[in-house]
Amino acid sequence: MSTSLPTAQHTGTRPAGKEAERGGRGTAPKGGLEGRRTVVKVVLFLICLFWIVPAFGLLVTSFRPPDAVRTSGWWTLFVRPAEFADMTLANYQAVLDAGMGKSFVNSLVVAVPATVIPILAAAFAAYAFAWMRFPGRETLFFCIVGLIVVPLQASLVPLLQIYSRVGLTGQFAALWLAHTGFGMPLAIYLLRNYMGSLPREILESAKVDGASHFQVFWKLMIPLSVPALAAFAIFQFLWVWNDLLVALIFLGSGDNQVVTIALSELIGSRGQDWHLLTAGAFISMIIPLIVFFSLQRYFIRGLTAGSVKG
Amino acid sequence: MLKVINGIIAVVAGVGGALVLYWGLNALVERLPERSEERIKPYVFIGPALVMVTIFLVYPAVRTIYLAFFDASSENFVGFTNFVELARDRDIRVMIVNTLLWIIFVPAISVSIGLAVAVLADKLRARGEKLTKSIIFLPMAISFVGASTIWRFVYDASKPAGTDQIGLLNGIWTAFGNDPVGWLQVRTGSFNDFLLMIIMVWLQAGFAMVLLSAAIKNVPDETIEAARIDGATERQIFWRVTVPQIWATLTVVFTTIVIGVLKAFDIVYVMTGGNFETDVIANRFFTELFSFRQNGRAAAIVVVLIIAVIPVMILNIRRFRAEEAR
Repeated sequence: MSTSLPTAQHTGTRPAGKEAERGGRGTAPKGGLEGRRTVVKVVLFLICLFWIVPAFGLLVTSFRPPDAVRTSGWWTLFVRPAEFADMTLANYQAVLDAGMGKSFVNSLVVAVPATVIPILAAAFAAYAFAWMRFPGRETLFFCIVGLIVVPLQASLVPLLQIYSRVGLTGQFAALWLAHTGFGMPLAIYLLRNYMGSLPREILESAKVDGASHFQVFWKLMIPLSVPALAAFAIFQFLWVWNDLLVALIFLGSGDNQVVTIALSELIGSRGQDWHLLTAGAFISMIIPLIVFFSLQRYFIRGLTAGSVKG
Repeated sequence: MLKVINGIIAVVAGVGGALVLYWGLNALVERLPERSEERIKPYVFIGPALVMVTIFLVYPAVRTIYLAFFDASSENFVGFTNFVELARDRDIRVMIVNTLLWIIFVPAISVSIGLAVAVLADKLRARGEKLTKSIIFLPMAISFVGASTIWRFVYDASKPAGTDQIGLLNGIWTAFGNDPVGWLQVRTGSFNDFLLMIIMVWLQAGFAMVLLSAAIKNVPDETIEAARIDGATERQIFWRVTVPQIWATLTVVFTTIVIGVLKAFDIVYVMTGGNFETDVIANRFFTELFSFRQNGRAAAIVVVLIIAVIPVMILNIRRFRAEEAR
């Protein structure tokens, strides 16, 4: 809890004493403790149920045949297990052919550069803010920290005017640039805090060996900063992939539309066709879910480093 | 297939272009005499980032404030007309009340649930704790549109009375012998607003939980032990020892969610489009900009948004300053 805890030490490895203390918590009479534990379990179970059931209903529905979806609730599947035999992938096929497949590719094309470019730019800037001396360094950095909370709506009207003047609306590059700009303050903030926490000696010994800033950056800083880079990458990727507002304004619907737009249009045009909507929704979620669960540790580390301060 | 290949080419070009830019800039700087190289290099490193921030955040924000005093086409100066019009609009008053409800309830409920899960799950065995937290955390990966789809299905009211319901809420409701209800249209006590807020809470509680859980685990054991030796009950320990020590994190989480709420437009856009008196500020902005083509009024709404986040901005910078000083 002391100073600005850098990500490196902030992984939440629980102090050794805590495990032991947890085992030895049995000071209360045994019966009361057991009773309280049951209450805790019940409360948590109910909360979890509330969290998981709606999503589960969506997943189950996406595999049910359209007629069944239209005439009965998804839970009937568990009352009449015979229906399990009817489970189908046809809804996915239908919704992929209806443009979701194309949008899926578009989302990837938008999200990958919109993640990599800001990281690159922010890493360079963070390095300079952490390890180079120049006039105005502090002031500039404070400004960037302040910008983190500026609502991106503030940018949209003028940017839209600029984009339509230079003909960028509807192009992927419009989103790459916009997301690079919008993600930059947080990226610089996270990466600078991390790089600034690395020991100075590493940097200095490399300097003594005659390495340039450019070499130190590529050969030392980038490899050492992988945890922070990964944390921000996940953030930004999820943010871009899941974004609707920016995509709607700069990309719109049509050939280049991304999955969030495709899904929201599907809701608008076929709002009662739940067999399609559920499958479409799940397609829009699959990549974020995979990214999220395979890299959860980095993500949590980034979250805590970004916000749990002091 | 062509789509995929085009996509790959676009990605490579975008990423490659950025790489070449830095490489080129650096090669240029290294040619300079050594003294001026040291002086210029920092600006080469921060330059592109700064340019992006200026073009995409600073300039547009300033320009938006300027445009708020112009008409729909951004051509004629109209003074405070946009603000006055907005203030007179009855829909806007509903929108403001709704936005305030969101700002009050969503962060409060998200933080309460997040804190409860963080504290309670800590009492489970390691595997149970991990599973519980993963479940609460899961929606963080899901888009607002995706989450809205999930909950729209829960609230579905497309089936008339007497037939099998397909929405979970009406399924439960009719099981008790009631007629199905069009939930999203129920205005009594802002009921439909709360149905939409549930979606936001469902998305945000995991965020609160992760941060609060990390903060709780950072509370030094000695302070808790000392309180216990002094005979404090678990409840007293929580409110008088733990909570004061995680207060900083609680404020961070709370303000982050407030800002998230102010910016969130997707849920209302997808669920009701702002109909049935469920409009909020971020959706209204979109309506003014895109449906009404009212650039001036859209900008005026943003000015209100910016004013609303300024206190948080100052708070952030101050907090950061304090940390740097330590």
